[in-house]
Amino acid sequence: MSSVAVIDYGMGNLHSIAKALQHAAPDVDVRVVSDLKSILSADRVVFPGVGAMRDCMHALQETELNQVIAQVAQTRPLLGICLGMQALLTNSEENGGVECLNILPGQVKHFPEDLRAANGERLKIPHMGWNQVEQHAHPLWKGVPQNSRFYFVHSYYAQPDSSVIVAGTTEYPENFACALAKDNIFAVQFHPEKSQTAGLQLLNNFLHWDG
Amino acid sequence: MSLAKRIIPCLDVDNGRVVKGVKFVDIRDAGDPVEVARRYDREGADEITFLDITATHHDRDTIVHVVEQVASEVFIPLTVGGGIRKLEDIRCMLNAGADKVGINSAAVFNPEFVREAAEKFGSQCIVVAIDAKKVSRVGEANRWEIFTHGGRKETGINAIEWAKKMVDYGAGEILLTSMDRDGTREGFDLDLTRTISEAVTVPVIASGGVGNLQHLADGVTQGKADAVLAASIFHFAEYSVQEAKEHMASQGIEVRLA
Repeated sequence: MSSVAVIDYGMGNLHSIAKALQHAAPDVDVRVVSDLKSILSADRVVFPGVGAMRDCMHALQETELNQVIAQVAQTRPLLGICLGMQALLTNSEENGGVECLNILPGQVKHFPEDLRAANGERLKIPHMGWNQVEQHAHPLWKGVPQNSRFYFVHSYYAQPDSSVIVAGTTEYPENFACALAKDNIFAVQFHPEKSQTAGLQLLNNFLHWDG
Repeated sequence: MSLAKRIIPCLDVDNGRVVKGVKFVDIRDAGDPVEVARRYDREGADEITFLDITATHHDRDTIVHVVEQVASEVFIPLTVGGGIRKLEDIRCMLNAGADKVGINSAAVFNPEFVREAAEKFGSQCIVVAIDAKKVSRVGEANRWEIFTHGGRKETGINAIEWAKKMVDYGAGEILLTSMDRDGTREGFDLDLTRTISEAVTVPVIASGGVGNLQHLADGVTQGKADAVLAASIFHFAEYSVQEAKEHMASQGIEVRLA
C-alpha cells in the first residue's frame, strides 16, 4: 500500500485534504503528520496551507519543516496547495514582504487594486470561486477535461521567473500561473480537495504519480 | 473564460434536520441534511451553506456531526453559520470539515471577534453574515440597518458602513440577507444587494426572497452579486441547481455547468 503524508504545521484545513485524498484513492494510506520521520517515510507528500504567508513561514521555521520540505522536494512527489504552492516560491509581497522556501524561483504578488474585467465589471478580491484552468501538458491532468473549473480562493498569485514551470493558467482578468510543475514537484493555487470531480481526479493522479 | 457566478443552496438545520422557515416562523421539516447535500452536489451546487438555526439554544454537536458526514463525501466548499461566537467554535467547524464559517450576531456584539478570527484562521474562511432591513420611508433615499437574532433585534447600525467595516476587519466574503424579503419569494432586494456589492471589495452573496429562477439571475445581473443563495426553491425540488444554472447561462451569466 502506498502512503501519502499531509504536512500539518497548523496552517490549513488538513481534514478536508485528508478526506479528499482518501476518497480519491481508497487504496492509499493517508496520514496527517507533523514530524520529520513520518513525512520522510511517506511515498508522497502534500503541502497544504491557508492563511497569511508570514505565519506560514514562521510556523515552518519554528518546526524546522522548511528543511524537511526542501528534502522532500528532491526525493519524492510533492503537491503544494494554495499557500503551500506560494511558499515554494522565492518571496511574497504579503505582510510587507516575506522570504519563502525558494524551491521554485519566482515571486508571489497581490492582485492589482481596482481589477476590471474586459467588459468593465469590477472584479472582487479575493479571487473566489470556480474558474477555468488552461492546462499545459502534464501527467497530473490526465482524465481532467481541458479548461475544467477548479475552486479558488486567494488574493495573491504566483509569478515564476521562468514560464517553463507553468503547468496551468487562469484568467483574472490577466492570465496568471495557477499550476506549477518542476520534476517531482506539482503545485496548484486552487483547491483540488474542494473542486469536486476534477479535483478528485487530479488528486488521484498525484497519488499514482512517480514524479 | 472567466470566474463563474456561484449558486449556493442553503440548508437550514435544526437539531440535525433540514427545515426552512418562512420569515423564520412557520417551519416545515423536509429531510436529512446529508442526503440533501449529496443531491445538491450531484446537481452541480458550487458550495453548500448550513445554517444552524437553533445553535444559540441547543447543543451544537449535532451540526458538527452533520458537517463531518457531508465533508467526507461532498468535495465542494462548505460553510457553516449560526451560533459562531468563539474562536473555539470556528476551530471546531473547520476541524469537522467546514471551509468557512458565517459570523452574524457575534460580529455585532464584538467586531474585534471578526478581526481575531481572520488573523487566526485567515480571511478566506470568515464570512460575515449581514441581516439588513430597509428603514427609510417611501420617498426617502434608501437606507438599511442591520438586525440580529434572525431579524428580531434592531441595532441602529447602517448596513453599508457595517459591511465596509467588516471587510476592514478581515471578512473574506459578505453573506447579505434582506430581512424584508426573506421567506417572501418576491426576489432579492436588488437595491440593497447592488449597493453593498459596489461598496465592498470582497465577494457578496445575495440571500433572502428567491421564489423563482429569474430572481437568481437578477441577483447577479441587477444586484451585482458574486454568488446567489437560496433554500426553499431547491429544498422542495421545485427547481434543481442544474436548472438554475442553465437558466442563468441562458441570460449570459458565466456559471459552472457539469
